[in-house]
Amino acid sequence: MSGSIVRALKCRECGQEYKIAPTHVCEFCFGPLEVAYDYDKLEGKFTRELIESRPQTMWRYRELLPIDGEPTVGVQVGFTPLVRAHNLEKALGVSELYIKNDSVCYPTLSFKDRVVSVALSKAVEFGFETVACASTGNLAGSVSANAAAAGLKSYVFIPHDLEQGKVLSAAIYGTKLVGIKGTYDDVNRLCSEIAGKYDWAFVNVNVRPFYAEGSKSFAYEIMEQLGWQAPKHVVVPMASGSLCTKIDKAIKEFTRFGLVENAGTSIYGAQATGCSPITRSVKEGTDLIHPVRPDTIAKSLAIGNPADGYYANKVILDSGGWSEDVSDDEIVAAMRLLAETEGIFTETAGGVTLGCAKKLIEAGRIPRDESIVVSVTGNGLKTLEAIEGRVDAPSLIGPSLAEFDDLVKADKA
Amino acid sequence: MKLRVYLTFTSENAREPIVWKLGRDFDVVTNIRTAEIKEGMGLMGLEIDGETEVVEAAISWLESQGVHVEPIEQSVIAG
Ligand SMILES: Cc1ncc(COP(=O)(O)O)c(C=O)c1O
Ligand SMILES: [Zn+2]
Repeated sequence: MSGSIVRALKCRECGQEYKIAPTHVCEFCFGPLEVAYDYDKLEGKFTRELIESRPQTMWRYRELLPIDGEPTVGVQVGFTPLVRAHNLEKALGVSELYIKNDSVCYPTLSFKDRVVSVALSKAVEFGFETVACASTGNLAGSVSANAAAAGLKSYVFIPHDLEQGKVLSAAIYGTKLVGIKGTYDDVNRLCSEIAGKYDWAFVNVNVRPFYAEGSKSFAYEIMEQLGWQAPKHVVVPMASGSLCTKIDKAIKEFTRFGLVENAGTSIYGAQATGCSPITRSVKEGTDLIHPVRPDTIAKSLAIGNPADGYYANKVILDSGGWSEDVSDDEIVAAMRLLAETEGIFTETAGGVTLGCAKKLIEAGRIPRDESIVVSVTGNGLKTLEAIEGRVDAPSLIGPSLAEFDDLVKADKA
Repeated sequence: MKLRVYLTFTSENAREPIVWKLGRDFDVVTNIRTAEIKEGMGLMGLEIDGETEVVEAAISWLESQGVHVEPIEQSVIAG
């Protein structure tokens, strides 16, 4: 079945609606545009049976994703494991904890593949031949890889001093990689000028409303994998705050269609202390987001002036959740904890999320006896420098059994 | 060039008639689309229309007044 139920782009501030087009800002009030759907058209047609009959990818929920036809980019993306984390439950003293593990999202090992596959599928529908983004990491890799597989040309803009690993893991896909000499603000400004001048699908600018909807699939999967239930508590890493707001939207949509019962899900935001404008707004009881200059090892979350910060703040408070932040040391400790208890190696963003979850549990903000989902959104192999010198070096011995025996004895002692 | 920007004012410069000065000293057309002042911080959505060099000079001047200028497409760069 096709028959898209996408109605319009709607301004989140003044409610003005616009025809579907590659645009993202309200002409009247400069508010951000969001995809609006005619849910009524889907009444009685969007069922568990229909969804379960489809391949295990994010596109099994395609009626609620904003493309008209079949997806053409990232067809295999999604349906990552939801892991019941028994060892971590013991370590944290809680009774029901899950890891939604997008550190193994196909093809580039972060949840960005979800947003990029929607953005690029939509870009193809709009007739674009070139796609672009500005990124410090995960988005760069995802746009490069998915564009290559879809036969699209791509431009990826990065700050000139980015780590080698991130540069190489975008360059390998043959994207046109442009390093920009300047501060974070300079890169932002130049890229918004480029986006205004060139007729490209800039995933995070003119196709942002479509891009952002891809994040909903992260939560649809959680609910299906919990046996068609919404969790009581979800902890979410925040950069722009978009994922946080889309998890809320996804839960409301599934509840509306009766796919899950209303569980009164509370949503909790997680940021690094060195870049925590949204958490600060929640803790200080204001909805004004004061921009900050990021200083943290969690580079994938280092957005000092988050575009969706205001809306994330609202979602968190309206849902009865809270927001927390953790230091660089706490981030690394949480990365180790997850690896040692569940065998999952996440990047710094995952350390932020688990670290904040731990603090929220210890503070009594999240009750110990209700279901908790921790959102792990990226892979540890991408941020190796964060743990360099912070995990045990291998024990060095000669090629001798006696030396090894001594080592074992020392381990036992 | 027509540039759409958000201006952020702090408690130090929120009382200054900055948009008036901007229109007086630079040959640009300004059009305020949204404005909000709360808790000692002000935010204004502003359209600035004029010759490219003049618009750029106007932006530099705003920054020299301690106003944070951000394109509407804020946070173009993502993680
Ligand atoms: C690994 C990872 N997790 C979470 C996020 C947060 O994304 P958002 O901008 O939707 O808050 C990002 C993106 O920047 C990311 O790279
Ligand atoms: Zn509007």
